Amino acid sequence: MDLAIKLVVLLPLLAAAIAGLFCRVIGDRPAQLITCAALLIAAALSIFVFVNVGFGPESGKLFVVKLFSWMDSGTLDVVWSLRVDTLTAVMLIVVTGVSSMVHVYSVGYMADDPGIPRFMSYLSLFTFFMLMLVTSDNLVQLFFGWEGVGLASYLLIGFYYDKPSANAAAMKAFIVNRVGDFGFALGIFAVWMLSGSVGFAEIFAKGPDMARTTIHFLGMDLPALETACLLLFIGAMGKSAQIGLHTWLPDAMEGPTPVSALIHAATMVTAGVFMVCRLSPLFELAPVASTVVTLVGGATAFFAATIGITQFDIKRVIAYSTCSQLGYMFFAAGVGGYSAAMFHLMTHAFFKALLFLCSGSVITCLHHEQDMRNMGGVKEKAPQTFWLMWVGTLALSGIGVPFILGDGLGFAGFYSKDALLESAYGVHTMAGMIAFWLGTIAAFLTALYSTRLMFMTFYGKYRGDHHTWEHAHESPAVMLIPLYVLGVGAALSGLVAYDWFVGHDWQHFWGTTSIAATLNGEVLHHAHEVPVWVKLAPLVAALAGIALSYLCYIARPELPAAVVRRFPGVHDFLFNKWYFDELYDRLFVKPSLAIGRAFWKKGDGAVIDGLGPDNIAARAQDVAGALGRFQSGYLYHYAFAMLVGVAGLVTYFMLAR
Amino acid sequence: MIIGLGHYLTVAAVLFTLGILGIFLNRKNVIVILMCVELMLLAVNINLVAFSVFQGNIVGQVFAMLVLTVAAAEAAIGLAILVVYFRNRGTIEVEDINTMKG
Amino acid sequence: MLLQALAFYVFAFVVMASGAMVVVSRNPVYSVLFLILGFFNAAALFVLIGAEFIAMILVIVYVGAVAVLFLFVVMMLDINVTELREGFLKYLPVGALIGVVLLAEILLAVGVLGSDAGALAELAKSGPQMMPVENTRAIGRVLYTQYFYLFQVAGAVLLVAMIGAIVLTLRTRPGVRRQRIGEQLYRPKEDAVTVVKVPTRGGV
Repeated sequence: MDLAIKLVVLLPLLAAAIAGLFCRVIGDRPAQLITCAALLIAAALSIFVFVNVGFGPESGKLFVVKLFSWMDSGTLDVVWSLRVDTLTAVMLIVVTGVSSMVHVYSVGYMADDPGIPRFMSYLSLFTFFMLMLVTSDNLVQLFFGWEGVGLASYLLIGFYYDKPSANAAAMKAFIVNRVGDFGFALGIFAVWMLSGSVGFAEIFAKGPDMARTTIHFLGMDLPALETACLLLFIGAMGKSAQIGLHTWLPDAMEGPTPVSALIHAATMVTAGVFMVCRLSPLFELAPVASTVVTLVGGATAFFAATIGITQFDIKRVIAYSTCSQLGYMFFAAGVGGYSAAMFHLMTHAFFKALLFLCSGSVITCLHHEQDMRNMGGVKEKAPQTFWLMWVGTLALSGIGVPFILGDGLGFAGFYSKDALLESAYGVHTMAGMIAFWLGTIAAFLTALYSTRLMFMTFYGKYRGDHHTWEHAHESPAVMLIPLYVLGVGAALSGLVAYDWFVGHDWQHFWGTTSIAATLNGEVLHHAHEVPVWVKLAPLVAALAGIALSYLCYIARPELPAAVVRRFPGVHDFLFNKWYFDELYDRLFVKPSLAIGRAFWKKGDGAVIDGLGPDNIAARAQDVAGALGRFQSGYLYHYAFAMLVGVAGLVTYFMLAR
Repeated sequence: MIIGLGHYLTVAAVLFTLGILGIFLNRKNVIVILMCVELMLLAVNINLVAFSVFQGNIVGQVFAMLVLTVAAAEAAIGLAILVVYFRNRGTIEVEDINTMKG
Repeated sequence: MLLQALAFYVFAFVVMASGAMVVVSRNPVYSVLFLILGFFNAAALFVLIGAEFIAMILVIVYVGAVAVLFLFVVMMLDINVTELREGFLKYLPVGALIGVVLLAEILLAVGVLGSDAGALAELAKSGPQMMPVENTRAIGRVLYTQYFYLFQVAGAVLLVAMIGAIVLTLRTRPGVRRQRIGEQLYRPKEDAVTVVKVPTRGGV
């Protein structure tokens, strides 16, 4: 078991190192084979771990595998260790599963790219960092993984490094993440200051003590644990693209589609949710911070969905969809439904990755066309992609038949989204109610834009270039097989895993070590007792969204344009992403550039260079020039100088006596 | 009024100063410079002889003779240089002698 | 005594005036002539003080040789009588100031001015003394005995000066043929004689 855990984490690193460092020696095909094989083995091993942790005789228990010491300085003692409990096991399945499918898919998608080994190496490296993050036993190791996935994200977004827009997007992602990481680091420092340790076991044990203390800052006495949790949540906001620090996610679509599928749908962006769930014993004791989490999550869910209905780039729509779904997960975690949030995280990973990879399939089919206005009727050319994408869309919208067979029968999103919204309603707090209504509206919008994407892309008449249409074809098998695997997950994972996450078996599955079980239990209990209309609300919203979308894009296609003409202000606001980028540009980017330029030109140039080297050089030249005039060449000038010198010396000696 | 040592020394000092002023106030030609050097040497001679007489020591006058010798030699050489310079440059204007300009 | 003082003042004044005129004159010939006048008056001063040998030597050497040499060169070099340049006037104030300062310092140093003004009187014995021996004899007694080495060195200096003057100004005119003994003696055989095989009745 220990060995399995170590292999799961270290195999991707090994594969990344081999593919990255020896790419010249081994070539393209072996690099692909090594990385895919390593990931598939890791996926198989993580299934083994999951089964053992979740269902075996030691289920619900905690495994800690200590590796070696990292820092041992004074009271700070950080040890590299791998902590595996149910939460970790779920994430292992998600990460390795999706990552291995993306690796296999990339073999086909990136087949024409000149930098294949580099790409595969970066994917594996990312997987290693993500696994490090989820198996960490202390905050510092978690931060190591956190930063590492940020780095891998930067490398992969900027993979097409000769495109300036890709470089800018990579930098934007890293910098916005850095803002969040700053808050995260402050949170880690606060936790360490309060509890004297960074290991999870010690922190959770000291939780109640920390909740009672206050931090003195700038003349105010702040409640310690609330502040720390708030700071940690800021980190999660950055990584998971919540409202305010979300601007990097749509631009991150500059990277290749497999990157979007792996990082910006299934794994990296869910690191924030994972972190909140991992630290749930602390958040349990910090109600204010949890309320903030709820409200931010709800706001994001709504905000991103409103933007998603106006976008035309197929990947952007899915990116905003990711942003919105992350908001769902956060508000569930905020009200205390941690297992529900993890449930949605898992199902979301499957169907979102599926949607991204299918869209990648469509993009290659139409020869790198990403604008949906130039698509249409693709279902004739790529039928398998078409059906699989429907599976993903229905899962995302949360379509299913309620109440039959006990808990209902439907696609994955049906179960998880309902669980989230029921939890939010069930706690009966103000924040929860706000989140519930925002989430329900967002569910309507989600269904709207998802099916809009389907209708615009696959139905109707093809609106693009005829030459492309001639050469359009279905994707090869190496790209389709991962789609099928993910499709199975998107369809069935909800049904299969419902009991384990939020159903009757949840306590046995999760045990007491993974999440704040008591709070979670209460929330789930209330969630099961909500009125019927609440249980039906998301489904009704989704169906309404589908209907509206059908109306606008199949039945009466002239309707969207008419609506835009009627409400140009609203449309512009939504289409331009609520003007966040422009706001940040004016508030932060331009002033920073101005400050930088001022420091450069005036500070460095005028002051330091001007007073330092340049100044000294100029003065030296002046003095030299002045002195040079003494060398006139005229004898009488020299004689005069000598005379003056003699007079001076004589005077000096006269006076000195 | 007894003419004492001081008077002769004053005369010598004045001559000496005149010679020095002559060197750099001169803007005309190089011969005046050489003449001013002779003036200064004359001043030195007056000084030496005056001291010699007033102290009763003949050495001063011997020294004065030697100074005379050297002055003559130096005047000869100086003028020879001047002649050669004039041959090469065609002028002995002081203001044209500035090839040592740095 | 009065006559002596008067003579002194006259001669001293003329010396100083002619020194000034040497510098200020426009015509370089005038400058040389003023220099000669100055030398004469300085000789007179020497006679007054009792150093007649030096006085005569001054006249013979300085006036008779050096000043005449100056005159020769001035006339040979065809120097134009030029205007007094502005540079003279521009530098006069500063130069005069420096000159005055220097003069004052020299006088201060020798004790004519300043607090030690009386000390000079002690240096001097009572006025110019008449030597029991003539000046010439006195110098001769010392020069060829005690300072003989210096005397010889002075001769060497004059020799070097003479050679130097010749070396500097000697011009070799082109077209003048001269014997170069060194070259003649060291002519190699190949340049002098060529052996030619001459056929009978052929000629070279």
